[in-house]
Amino acid sequence: MKAQPPATPADITPVIEDSWAALRRHTDARIALGRSGASLPTRAVLAFELAHAQARDAVLTALDVPALRRELEADGWKVAEVRSGAPDQAAYLARPDWGRRLHDDSLAALDAPGIGKADLVLVVSDGLSSTAVQQNAAPLLRALRPLLPEGLALAPVVIATHARVALADEVGERLGARIAVSLIGERPGLSSPDSLGAYLTYAPKVGRNDAERNCISNIRPQGLAYGEAALQLAALIRAMLQARLSGVKLQFDPARAIAADPH
Amino acid sequence: MVCSPEHLGLSKAMSYTFRIGIRNHVFRDLRELLAKASPLRSGDQLAGIAATSREERAAAKLALAELPLTTFLEQPLIPYETDEVTRLILDAHDAAAFAAVRGLSVGAFRDWLLSDQVDGAMLARLAPGLMPEMAAAVSKLMRNQDLILAARKCNVVTRFRNTIGLPGRLAVRLQPNHPTDDPRGIAASILDGLLYGAGDAVIGINPATDDPAKLLTLWRLLDELIARFDIPTQSCVLTHVTRQIEAIGRGAPVDLVFQSIGGSEALNRSFGIDLALLREAQDAALSLKRGILGNNVMYFETGQGSGLSAGAHHGIDQQTLEARAYAVARAYSPLLVNTVVGFIGPEYLYDGKQIIRAALEDHFCGKLLGLPMGVDVCYTNHAEADQDDMDNLLLLLGAAGVNYIMGVPGADDIMLNYQSTSFHDALYLREALGLKHAPEFESWLQRMRIVDEAGRLRDSRGGEALPALTAFAEAAS
Repeated sequence: MKAQPPATPADITPVIEDSWAALRRHTDARIALGRSGASLPTRAVLAFELAHAQARDAVLTALDVPALRRELEADGWKVAEVRSGAPDQAAYLARPDWGRRLHDDSLAALDAPGIGKADLVLVVSDGLSSTAVQQNAAPLLRALRPLLPEGLALAPVVIATHARVALADEVGERLGARIAVSLIGERPGLSSPDSLGAYLTYAPKVGRNDAERNCISNIRPQGLAYGEAALQLAALIRAMLQARLSGVKLQFDPARAIAADPH
Repeated sequence: MVCSPEHLGLSKAMSYTFRIGIRNHVFRDLRELLAKASPLRSGDQLAGIAATSREERAAAKLALAELPLTTFLEQPLIPYETDEVTRLILDAHDAAAFAAVRGLSVGAFRDWLLSDQVDGAMLARLAPGLMPEMAAAVSKLMRNQDLILAARKCNVVTRFRNTIGLPGRLAVRLQPNHPTDDPRGIAASILDGLLYGAGDAVIGINPATDDPAKLLTLWRLLDELIARFDIPTQSCVLTHVTRQIEAIGRGAPVDLVFQSIGGSEALNRSFGIDLALLREAQDAALSLKRGILGNNVMYFETGQGSGLSAGAHHGIDQQTLEARAYAVARAYSPLLVNTVVGFIGPEYLYDGKQIIRAALEDHFCGKLLGLPMGVDVCYTNHAEADQDDMDNLLLLLGAAGVNYIMGVPGADDIMLNYQSTSFHDALYLREALGLKHAPEFESWLQRMRIVDEAGRLRDSRGGEALPALTAFAEAAS
């Protein structure tokens, strides 16, 4: 029996394109990818891998604390550094309870002379995306500073590593702060590896729960821009100082609060 | 069987021991025995209930293997008096069905399940006699291959506008989520899914909003689409059950009612539900009489770790508590139940290995208890997992006979920010294992010239219907 001649590249159309690609303008979802047999075309496989790699890097890359510190100090902030009880990134991911509490070594950093009592403490935490913090924390704080209420005593900016949101409760409690703000890297999505979140807590202390916080999320140039985020943060801080509470019980309409802001 | 409260509540807590060499391993009570017999996972470690050494875990399994199945009837893990899920489990227990395995230990039950003589019909008869704790216990003694072979024997078939769960078939939930619920964005993803042959399990949207007016827009969009193109499938908008009951009251075209559920009364309360509310929802959906082939109107989602996350785990390991959620589900004859296995994060299931194991356990336990199990094969970006892990798990679940999986464009859910399975992933599973669509949906795909006689995608799809489908998506509002 005579064998079939081998197929030449010209005989085969490996990638079948989808004719509805125009619908992509209605959504960021990965539609009309085409197919190679039952499988994704090479370009779609590699685009996905790149997005996943960036999201994983955001989770796993250690925050460059010295670089962040230099940047904040250049902006005129005093800076302190603390770490959580999680010994490494793997333990941090598996044990959220460890990431919520300060390491014993870090207590001294907050008791150091010159730190003292403060009304407001800003805690910059790596969380689940060091990328978000490295890129967005300093510009956000730069935008926030002129909007803060006058006469408010500021603690040094605290850079916290392997930290969850609630670590700011312990920091705030130790400093006797009226409000603790945790600026923290959010869980990265494939299309948003650099999203920063802000969690604000009035009268911070160990054991506060999420219902007692207010949150602003997706702070990044492609999401909620720094200027807008800073306006919302300042308005929330003002509302909390007035109401003496935070969380679901706080009556807060961001649009109205920002409009009423003297700045 | 009806159990008296004396019999249930006051039975003395018993400890269990197993001797290995010079070491005597002691397990304080049934909950501790089950927790320490569980394969390693981060959620049980976080709860502080996992075995502290490999030998302790092996000893717990050996002790569990000797435990009579009847122990679970005598010693409820959460007291009958304080937990309505325990009451549901014990009050609904069918002693006649249980008689087939009543005399067995947990270890002997594993052998029984895997034996050549035990087939799907016998397992279907046994299901009402099994407590979820019995299914969970035996799963802890089973390797992954055991979980696959035993689950494969179970056929659980359900119907609304099509037939799901037949042997050799695989259905897909089309999940067209959009971060702002934009109707055109959602419709574009639906069109993409239909043209890839997805959507027979359900077209189900996770809405970003809680606003009743916007939710109504989504129900109407799905209803119009299914009616206009005569698609043999059903729709769902996965908002809280109270929103769905309200919407039915206002005349919304609701096919399936969705709710997340858990394995204890306290956990369900954290979801804002109880058993009576689920019954009210089922009655409301049934009152609309929208099913054509059957009346399975409920859709439930579950997932290991939700109990600890909500502070409502009662010291029970996450896999056993998950199995108890299946006892809740089966009281409402659902069309679909799926475990969202990797969504919760690495503090509960650390990596691909733990996610794969949990998915096979959940699928097996659900099927054994008589549920139409699907699995959301998924992971988040902070879990130690990737697409290769999901490819492996998909093939294992396909071999185990999973009823359905998720279909998300390109596996990237841009609203929920996690990776699930794609329309292409379903093609891979169909191709690798020869699995077909739900029969009524397959006929529709053929009429629409999306698939050929063999059920494979055509090169040029949609034929004359493609312009109409595209126009529908462009006009969605």
